[in-house]
Amino acid sequence: MYGKGLRALSISTVVAMAAALGLVFFYAPLEAEQGFLQKIFYLHVPMAIVALCGFVIGGLLAIQHLRTRDARWDMRSYVAIHMSLIFAVATLITGSIWAKGSWGHWWVWNEPTLVSFLIVFLLYATYQPLRFAIEDPERQSRYASVFAVTAGAFVPMNFIAVRLSTAYLHPRVLGGTSNLPGSMAFTFMVSLVAMVLLYATLCKYELTAKHTRAQVRALRRRLSGETGTARRGRSAAPALTASAPSAVGSEV
Amino acid sequence: MRRTVGALLRKELLVELRTLESVPGMSLFAVTTFVVFHFALNRNSVDGDLAAGILWVTLLFAAILGINRLFVADADQGGFDGFLLAPVDRSAMLIAKVATLLAYLLAFEIVAVPAFGLLLLGPSLGKAMPQLLGVLALGDLGVAVIGTLVAALAVRTRARDLLGPLLALPLLVPIVIGGARASSPLLALGHHTALPGRWLVTLGLYDLVFGLIAYALFDFLLED
Repeated sequence: MYGKGLRALSISTVVAMAAALGLVFFYAPLEAEQGFLQKIFYLHVPMAIVALCGFVIGGLLAIQHLRTRDARWDMRSYVAIHMSLIFAVATLITGSIWAKGSWGHWWVWNEPTLVSFLIVFLLYATYQPLRFAIEDPERQSRYASVFAVTAGAFVPMNFIAVRLSTAYLHPRVLGGTSNLPGSMAFTFMVSLVAMVLLYATLCKYELTAKHTRAQVRALRRRLSGETGTARRGRSAAPALTASAPSAVGSEV
Repeated sequence: MRRTVGALLRKELLVELRTLESVPGMSLFAVTTFVVFHFALNRNSVDGDLAAGILWVTLLFAAILGINRLFVADADQGGFDGFLLAPVDRSAMLIAKVATLLAYLLAFEIVAVPAFGLLLLGPSLGKAMPQLLGVLALGDLGVAVIGTLVAALAVRTRARDLLGPLLALPLLVPIVIGGARASSPLLALGHHTALPGRWLVTLGLYDLVFGLIAYALFDFLLED
């Protein structure tokens, strides 16, 4: 049931990605100052936006988990944050490359977006260790949700604080799409949609894989005639107590 | 509610007075850190941005010592269980712990800030003192709120000594930004500019938002 729509989602992601890359390389004009290097903008900025939105969405899903106590919300929150972390690493790397290319340094402290992004990344890097350090699965998910809500609220506040601290701003390409020429703005929008689709697809893949694995485990236990709850090794991922599908279960 | 908070706060301060575990350690740590900064930077006196940075980094790391110890007695010796058995509002514990941590921070700053003025600071501390007190108070409030939330989050994990600082430091970065930028003109040599109001507003807003977040989430940390 979790794999439903996965194929359609995957295909649309591939199409959108191909369209975005095609537009980036063959349609979008070369930027006057930075030339070809500026193309990384269509990869870096959508990725950053998706990662940050993913962190905040992880916090919203965690609120839902704290309200309903349903383990599925914790799983969704975990997957959203996990995927955002991967996107965040990629954002930091592409940002670094862009900074090296256009400003000559791998790291620039007076670019507030980059700095706040690093702080947010450092905070979320403790999410998995925190989960891993709590053995009781119920408490693990509850504490992780408290962390996810706190950190999700921290994301926008941190951006405001760091922006305030930098008096001097670089001339920016990413000051909203309003100052971009039409063809660039269009390419950027397509790239953003493609990146959102990629994020959604990867999240769905991870959710499906986790649920499938839990179901396979439950079935295998039933086949070998074990009863009771399974012993669970230490893990940072949320626990799933998926029962085997009833139709298969009756045949067994 | 007020009586519960009062009772909890009295207990915390009594325990601290009898064991002297947090405040003396934090003060000594701060003074030692100033000595370390003297040698590490090879400077006899500092002012302006550098002074504000040293002051805030030291205060932050000393505060982390207090944050790490804040809930240890409750987790190890059944303080949480005793509190949960009592028919009282659970937020009382949050308020009492924030007040405790705030009291620790203010008490240790009575030692640390004059020591900083004596050992490292170039310009005299006297003229900047009233305004610096305001900045410190706002910063301390934020450190107390975030520290309490993080300490409660980390205390019942296996790696609590590690996770506490790892969680606390990124969350405290905006406080360092606000605190250091606000106190840097106060500690500058020569002309004495007015206190930049926007940093105080930033600090105050951050304290307020995190106070609300901690109030909303603290109950979930006390459930078992």
